[in-house]
Amino acid sequence: MKVAVVEQSEASERALVQQARAGDRRAFGELVTRYMRRAYYAALGLVGSHEDALDLSQEAFARAFRARANLDPDLPFYGYLYQIVRRLCFNFLRDSRTRRARMVEATPWLMDQAGARAVATDPARSAERSELCAVVQAAIERLPEREREVLVLKEFEGLRYREIAELLGIPIGTVMSRLYTARRNLAAELEGVL
Amino acid sequence: MSDKELRNQEERARRLIMASIDGELGGGEREELERLLDAYPALRAEWERLQRVKEVTGAMRLRPAPEEVWSDYWTSVYSRLERGIGWILFSVGAIVLLSYGAWAAVRELLADTTMPWFVKASLVALTVGTVVLLVSVVREKVFVGQRQRYKDVER
Repeated sequence: MKVAVVEQSEASERALVQQARAGDRRAFGELVTRYMRRAYYAALGLVGSHEDALDLSQEAFARAFRARANLDPDLPFYGYLYQIVRRLCFNFLRDSRTRRARMVEATPWLMDQAGARAVATDPARSAERSELCAVVQAAIERLPEREREVLVLKEFEGLRYREIAELLGIPIGTVMSRLYTARRNLAAELEGVL
Repeated sequence: MSDKELRNQEERARRLIMASIDGELGGGEREELERLLDAYPALRAEWERLQRVKEVTGAMRLRPAPEEVWSDYWTSVYSRLERGIGWILFSVGAIVLLSYGAWAAVRELLADTTMPWFVKASLVALTVGTVVLLVSVVREKVFVGQRQRYKDVER
């Protein structure tokens, strides 16, 4: 039953990509609605700001449509879109103006589930968890972009190693190595709070 | 054990630690990891440290976006697509009009017999220089970018 649903979904995506490739904006709109959340959260994990993630993910869709001749109906649309999202995000992070602006205003983009649950019952614990969340967020922001990307895909998007490897076009071993380095760097940054 | 074998074993241990923390250990790998952790106390300490990092990050998630964002999302993307076409048409129109205006002005000034020769010469130099610079920039953007085979390789 589940296999049949997946096949049906893949077939409908293939049809939508074919129509979008031919310039059909309605079909492209369907793809946007299908993947807007995923694209937004992928960008949020990389740039750490709601407004920038919204802007960059929307720009990625616009660029995907402009370059629709490169769309391959036999490949997952999200894989194609994600490449644009990550390139836009990395360029954004490397931009010196962006770096200056980010130093001025840091916005919370992570939330702690345990802390959120404790708000009513244990305010002290909630405050403690909220502080920890801010420290973790700052530590993730200091990670090199490749390590941060793999960590976000694993921890916050819940992808398996194989899925991350396919999305990034790298071997599974590289995914694991980057994740290891990312976590080791995080452990060093969080030395006092772990 | 040679340096290369040692490096391979370290890499293998790191991967086993990651797979263990993320619940992706394959058949037989759990026993292999246990053997390594028993043999190397430093590795066990590292494993415990990374396990704590996983517990902390695992309890966190990305802050959800306000719900109204999603209802306007496609409209914003659509506006970008429209603006893109608008900019292309605007740029083409502006380039054609400015080029024609410049050409008409140069022709008029060169035909003016009262104008000193050095002003005419400067005008010609300015025009040729502008064209050379424009062609060079366009050539770099269009042709050189396409021929750089490794421009998308991320280092």
